[in-house]
Amino acid sequence: MPVRAEVWRSFYQDSMVLMRLAAELREHPGVRQAAALMGTPANRQLLAAAGLAVAELQDAAPGDLMLAVDAETEGVVRAALEAARTFFDRRHREREATGRALPRTLESALRVLPDANLAVVSVPGAHATLEAMSALRRGLHVFLFSDNVALDEEVELKRFAASRGLLCMGPDCGTAYLGGVGLGFANTVPRGRVGCVAASGTGLQAVASHLATLGEGISQGVGVGGRDLSDPVGGAMTKLGLELLVADPDTRVIVLISKPPAPAVMAELETIIRAIAKPVVVCCLGAGPGAGAAGHRVATLEEAAAAAAALARGASWSARAFTDAAGVRARLARQAPDRRRRGRLLGLYTGGTLAHEARVLLEPLLGAIGSEAAAEAERIHRILDLGADEFTRGRPHPMIDPSERAARIREAGARPEVSVLLVDLVLGRAAHPDPARPLAAAVRDARAAAAQDARALAVVASVVGTERDPQGLSSQIAALEAAGVEVFPSNAQASRFAGLLVKPELEQAMLVGAR
Amino acid sequence: MSWDTLLGRPLRVINIGLELFAQELEADGVTVVHVDWRPPAGGPNVAALLARLADDDLES
Repeated sequence: MPVRAEVWRSFYQDSMVLMRLAAELREHPGVRQAAALMGTPANRQLLAAAGLAVAELQDAAPGDLMLAVDAETEGVVRAALEAARTFFDRRHREREATGRALPRTLESALRVLPDANLAVVSVPGAHATLEAMSALRRGLHVFLFSDNVALDEEVELKRFAASRGLLCMGPDCGTAYLGGVGLGFANTVPRGRVGCVAASGTGLQAVASHLATLGEGISQGVGVGGRDLSDPVGGAMTKLGLELLVADPDTRVIVLISKPPAPAVMAELETIIRAIAKPVVVCCLGAGPGAGAAGHRVATLEEAAAAAAALARGASWSARAFTDAAGVRARLARQAPDRRRRGRLLGLYTGGTLAHEARVLLEPLLGAIGSEAAAEAERIHRILDLGADEFTRGRPHPMIDPSERAARIREAGARPEVSVLLVDLVLGRAAHPDPARPLAAAVRDARAAAAQDARALAVVASVVGTERDPQGLSSQIAALEAAGVEVFPSNAQASRFAGLLVKPELEQAMLVGAR
Repeated sequence: MSWDTLLGRPLRVINIGLELFAQELEADGVTVVHVDWRPPAGGPNVAALLARLADDDLES
């Protein structure tokens, strides 16, 4: 079985381009494995672990492209490597066709666009601080998508940004909206009167998408990165984001979205929120009810959107476990006719905040929920965030590449203890072009494997997205439902329904009094 | 705090990193200049030093 590799010297390409190339190479008949990675030490280790380490790659440098192919015959290997050349020739021709020479530095880009007001930075983490700081020093607001930025560098960046009145959204900021424009992983939502500050990319995506469903829209969505509300960072960008939303004439209602902030930071934010004249909805997932707390406290992302929409309209609003209780009873009858399903729940998430929300909702109902992939965890309920570092080393985020989750779903079909799978599906720009298709295929296989064993495997899902997203919300939902997935209008409702399936006695508490 | 550079003004973006983001902003009708970024020779530390020198010039 021939494994061949080539190193293309000084041929830097970004990770999304390389992911597309590797995916194209893997499509070649006869190709078993293909990799296209820059020559960093970490990437060389990855290739070694995948059995693709060959002598040619040993002295590859971070600016060199490594191509490695494992195929059935020499001919297939040669064809795949030739396809890589064609891939880059095509890109080169496309770029030439635009007739524009690309600047190589921020400085030269500023000569082309002297009135730029935002830098979008997504270079590898080791270089991200430098590029972001350069942009801030030149008076640009920054959307910093890069992860793997050290905490002390984040503190330095945000301190400097705040001193200049500039937003430094991130590091590790997945999503933002500025003036109606979505940045990063963003859903296509209408412009509107709800402004968000979010220490969570998928949290912001979920709230923005729920608002769109409710007929509302986003004025601004300031992402701040998941560590902004920690003690060292002190909520620097959350505070500045709130200032922006207070000043923004288009913003009528403000929503704050995060995991529970550090207590000292929360105390500061409470003081700030009390002084804001606009209504503020506070969604700190897992922070508890907060009696006497500032703002309108809500427990879920869905409630955050519902409360914001109601406040924008001057209407009243109340939290409900399910929007359609009668529908839930019908689904229960379908999925667990004898109310005796039991077994274990396995949550397989692509959105970290959605996984966190499911855990926060279900732990009080089901007891401790594991988060480890390890097999010995099989006796307990588990919720895995497949976008966490431990699952994404060397591979793209599961919102882009669904293969890792699909494999885990198929594997779960063969596990007798797993009776309920709980999943999310996140649509939008930069996400997989048709994520329901591989998810539905994996669900079909898993359910078939369980059925062969005379077991029933229930699959419960929610989809974050809108009709205007490239993937289209209703067609993605339809593809999942055709595979037998119970799709709910929110992650909170999907989580509660999954809880009901593994613990039927919860039905009384959740559905009594519900209409 | 002045938000003049952001509020009431269209976004004008310099994109450093994933080219996909520049393409998507362009598709949204946003003016964007994509930087053909490469990792600096010598690694990030040498680059940081050079940038600091350049920025000192900028501020002096």
